[in-house]
Amino acid sequence: MLRLPQFELARPRTVSEAVTLLSEAGPSAMVVAGGTDLLPNMKHELFTPDVLVSLAGIEELRGVREIENGWLAIGAMTSLSAVAEHPLLRRRAPALAQAASIVAGPQLRSMGTIGGNVMLDTRCQWYNQTYFWRQALGYCLKKDGALCHVVAGGKKCVAAASNDTAPALMTLSATLEIEGPEGRRSVPIDDFWVADGIFNKRLEPAEILVEVRLGPTPPGHRGAYGKLRDRGSIDFPLLGVAARLDLDDSGAVADADVVLTALAARPVRVQKTRSLLIGSRPDQTSFDDAIAVVAAAAFVQCHPLANIPGDADYRREMVPVFVGRTLRAAADGSGPVHPI
Amino acid sequence: MGARDLHGPGAPWGDRPPGDRENRDFRVIGKPLPKVDGLAKATGAAVYADDIALPGMLHAKTLRSPHAHARIRSIDASRALALPGVHAVITGKDMPIPYGVIPWTPDEHALALDKVRFVGDEVAAVAAVDEDTANAAVKLIAVEYEPLKAFYDPFEALAAVEPRIHEDSKGPGNISKHVALSFGDIEGELARADVVVEDDYFFHGTTHTPIEPHCAVAQFSADGLLTVWSATQITHYVQRALARVLELPIARIRVVQPALGGAFGGKSDPFSLEFCVAKLAMITGRPVKMLWTREEVFYAHRGRHPMHMRYKTGAKKDGRITGVDAKILIDGGAYSSFGLVTAYYAGQLLTGPYHFPSYRFDSTRVFTNKPPCGPKRGHGSVQPRFAFEVQLDQVAEKLGLDPIEIRRKNFQGENTHTVNGQRITSNGFLACLDEVERASGWRERRGRLPRGRGLGVAGSMYISGTNYPVYPNPLPQAGIQLALERSGRVTVFTGGNDIGQGSNSVVAYLVAEELGLDVLDVRVVAADTDLCPVDLGAYSSRVTFMVGNATIDACRKLRAQIVQAVAEAWKVEVSRVRLASGRAIDLADASRSIPIAEAFQIAEERFDTLGSTGSYNTPTLGGDYRGGTIGAAPAYSFTAHVAEVSVDLETGRITCEKVWIAHDCGRALNPMLVAGQMEGSAYMGIAEALLEDHDVNRFGLHAGPSLLDYRIPTAVDTPELYALIVESLDPEGPYGAKEAGEGPLHPSIPAISNAVFDAVGIRLKHLPFTPGKVLKALREKEARSPVLSRGGRR
Repeated sequence: MLRLPQFELARPRTVSEAVTLLSEAGPSAMVVAGGTDLLPNMKHELFTPDVLVSLAGIEELRGVREIENGWLAIGAMTSLSAVAEHPLLRRRAPALAQAASIVAGPQLRSMGTIGGNVMLDTRCQWYNQTYFWRQALGYCLKKDGALCHVVAGGKKCVAAASNDTAPALMTLSATLEIEGPEGRRSVPIDDFWVADGIFNKRLEPAEILVEVRLGPTPPGHRGAYGKLRDRGSIDFPLLGVAARLDLDDSGAVADADVVLTALAARPVRVQKTRSLLIGSRPDQTSFDDAIAVVAAAAFVQCHPLANIPGDADYRREMVPVFVGRTLRAAADGSGPVHPI
Repeated sequence: MGARDLHGPGAPWGDRPPGDRENRDFRVIGKPLPKVDGLAKATGAAVYADDIALPGMLHAKTLRSPHAHARIRSIDASRALALPGVHAVITGKDMPIPYGVIPWTPDEHALALDKVRFVGDEVAAVAAVDEDTANAAVKLIAVEYEPLKAFYDPFEALAAVEPRIHEDSKGPGNISKHVALSFGDIEGELARADVVVEDDYFFHGTTHTPIEPHCAVAQFSADGLLTVWSATQITHYVQRALARVLELPIARIRVVQPALGGAFGGKSDPFSLEFCVAKLAMITGRPVKMLWTREEVFYAHRGRHPMHMRYKTGAKKDGRITGVDAKILIDGGAYSSFGLVTAYYAGQLLTGPYHFPSYRFDSTRVFTNKPPCGPKRGHGSVQPRFAFEVQLDQVAEKLGLDPIEIRRKNFQGENTHTVNGQRITSNGFLACLDEVERASGWRERRGRLPRGRGLGVAGSMYISGTNYPVYPNPLPQAGIQLALERSGRVTVFTGGNDIGQGSNSVVAYLVAEELGLDVLDVRVVAADTDLCPVDLGAYSSRVTFMVGNATIDACRKLRAQIVQAVAEAWKVEVSRVRLASGRAIDLADASRSIPIAEAFQIAEERFDTLGSTGSYNTPTLGGDYRGGTIGAAPAYSFTAHVAEVSVDLETGRITCEKVWIAHDCGRALNPMLVAGQMEGSAYMGIAEALLEDHDVNRFGLHAGPSLLDYRIPTAVDTPELYALIVESLDPEGPYGAKEAGEGPLHPSIPAISNAVFDAVGIRLKHLPFTPGKVLKALREKEARSPVLSRGGRR
């Protein structure tokens, strides 16, 4: 078994205590939520923090609650299985509940948290390997090296955003509540990402994701998540598709959104989805044509690289297929879309 | 004297009353009993190698090569040795004697001597007070390498003159072994065929992925006795290899296999860690343990050889095969391992269950700079079986024959000889075909399912052990010792390796049946070279057949004594005394019976302390030519599968929905264990067909040495599996039993390919069947016949 490097574990009881601990420890400290991503990465010596600040003992970070103006707040330490099963989220944010329901496998969803999934490190076949393996390679741009093995001569890391919940939250226009030494701030999730595989988030030192907030969705809200993977469990996405369709009283599309992940360093929105789908009606055959146009647009827009395992050309071919199927699932109220 | 000699080849269970074929008279055999170690494993009580902790024990780690092919210029371990807590560092120079599981090809070193041949090759080992210190020390060892050109492609390795991966390998290029054999008039028979199909097939690399990684613990006593506990399936060969490399008398070496968490052929070589812990224990005077990481297990590999195969099959209009001609290039990886045997098995094991009037094969194993390949479940024959069974479907397609019918038509029969001189005894293949045809609804459903869904069939045969021990010797292949206690308990000592397949359970069932005991009153002591008679190990599906026969042999000797003593005490004919259900019974007088303990005591009084030995050796078998004994088995198992698949036309994804597995195992000594082996085999085959890919990337680095990136199916990916046991009752098997652990894997892969053809009309001939390949083939087909594809079923 790979050994976990030695570290000190700090167990604060409040968010402000955690922020203080992080500030004091400086860059050698990291936050651990469920640990399902961080601990394997530490075994691979991708991170070797001296201090891990565990959020497990902070009660205020757990659970889903209704707040003012019809908004919902999901505590960052709420487990993925709890998100997947929450009746309110399943009704008001089906894409998110579906995405959470097919992250990894059952055991990891019990330990893994919504906050941890949002904060997931980007992934690459040249990076998520043991120290020995990376040393034999001569390392890579993302960690300890100067060369990118995905893009010859590449100067920018293209490791893939691989969090299933991120695109779902983007279709839901979620905001992230972040607390740090300077106090609390609220960020629309769209503005949280940067296209840099080394670290694809706008987060300041000693900041902690505290809550994910969802605004009210209209009664005609529909959503779904689609995930391409080799197996029916465990695997990270080879492609993730979140779809939103808001239907008006007449059953016509009033708003629509499609966001893809696991292609590049940040989740990407399929442009013009809204304009291509608005006014169409899922109960009419013309809807299939409209979906096909969105799917084709997604194909043109997306050029996945050979960053994560699997054939990049195949992943690209699957973009329109999964965009189409996920939109259809959203319209039908079914999903998630995935093999098995 | 072996069981077959004692009881004649007719039927080892021949003294049983009629009705035996239906198992009516058995008390233990044929019953779905739990494994003898099942509860211990389920509760966590079982002791695996890594559970062993000895006082003062050190932990060892291995430094591995970061280069795929390089000469070692120098190794400087001084900084590692200076690290507090480090007790010893060893390198190749400490164990310069080469070894190999096959005595003719000793091309491995415990640690690389002057060259490294793949990324992950072992270079040095450290013993320290704990794992973290050992890991830290490994990073402090400085090695200077001179990198050499590395070969990842077998064709390129074969064409290369320099550099050689092994300087002393024979012939041009990097040839590990070349075998060319021809039987019958192949040219003439192919010329006389009405139809000839010729095609290329590729089988990729796959590996075993046992749950338990390799682990070994060594202790060297002050009086010079070496004990090694190792997660191995070949205690006897490990003991021999340790003696050779460490230059110790073999009698001073004890090798013990603790409870084992799966092997599948991946633990049937001596491995670097066994030598390293032994040497480090000898140097430090303290016990030493080494546990490999999952990544290291991927480097140790010895899994399925990639094979590039060209097959040509000729047939008459009625489907009868006239000849099969094969040319195979085998990608061996960095070392020989069992490769000599692989090169033979790739050809020798194809000559059933069908009659080949003529057959020729030419197989070449070449070295490449990749983790060494070796024996994985169905060693050497799974790949050719895939190619041939797909080709046989192509022949049936050309001739307009039903795929099951063409297989029936070519059935070789029972009690016959194959074209390459192998003796076939029992053969239940037709019954296997009948079973899968019936259970799958083949006649009603094949060719009639909606587009995207289909059925495919394939057949196979496999050995139940072979008469070729890896080092030639005339001694028994399996030995058993029994010790009776007057309490009514029997202890069995077997050298057999229970690797999870249940061989210890089988031994206990046989003893319980033979001596009339409850299974709980049989203790099994296994795989300990100090305590147990020699057995050659768990490979080639030999254990149930050989150890089983040896067990029956030992039991019958004891039973004769017990029955005689009781008959004398009762003053009746011996034929009236029966041992069953924990009692000695008078068959002619139902009122007379005594507990088995009392019978043991009567016998002990009559004969002295009771014990016996039993053994098994194969009869003389095999063709009269060089290599003719390789693959010559005392019995062969036969299998047929029907797979049902669905193909997603948009994503190219194949879902294996159901597999019907009919397997002729002779007699199912425990149908639950047999069914488990059949299901496990099919599972493994499906994994190889659809998901697994053991390969290196362009830098020679393993493409994904973890159970995250190396995909094996999870529970939700596993189809419905239907195990249909066929019992042909082999004349020489223990109670008629044959193997069940490897044969049932073979047809699963070609059956899937053939089912995909039924579903969407494409022939998948290159493994693995990834969605991308399926989409490409669908598109090519569309381009060829657009109208048919849209309108018709195919």
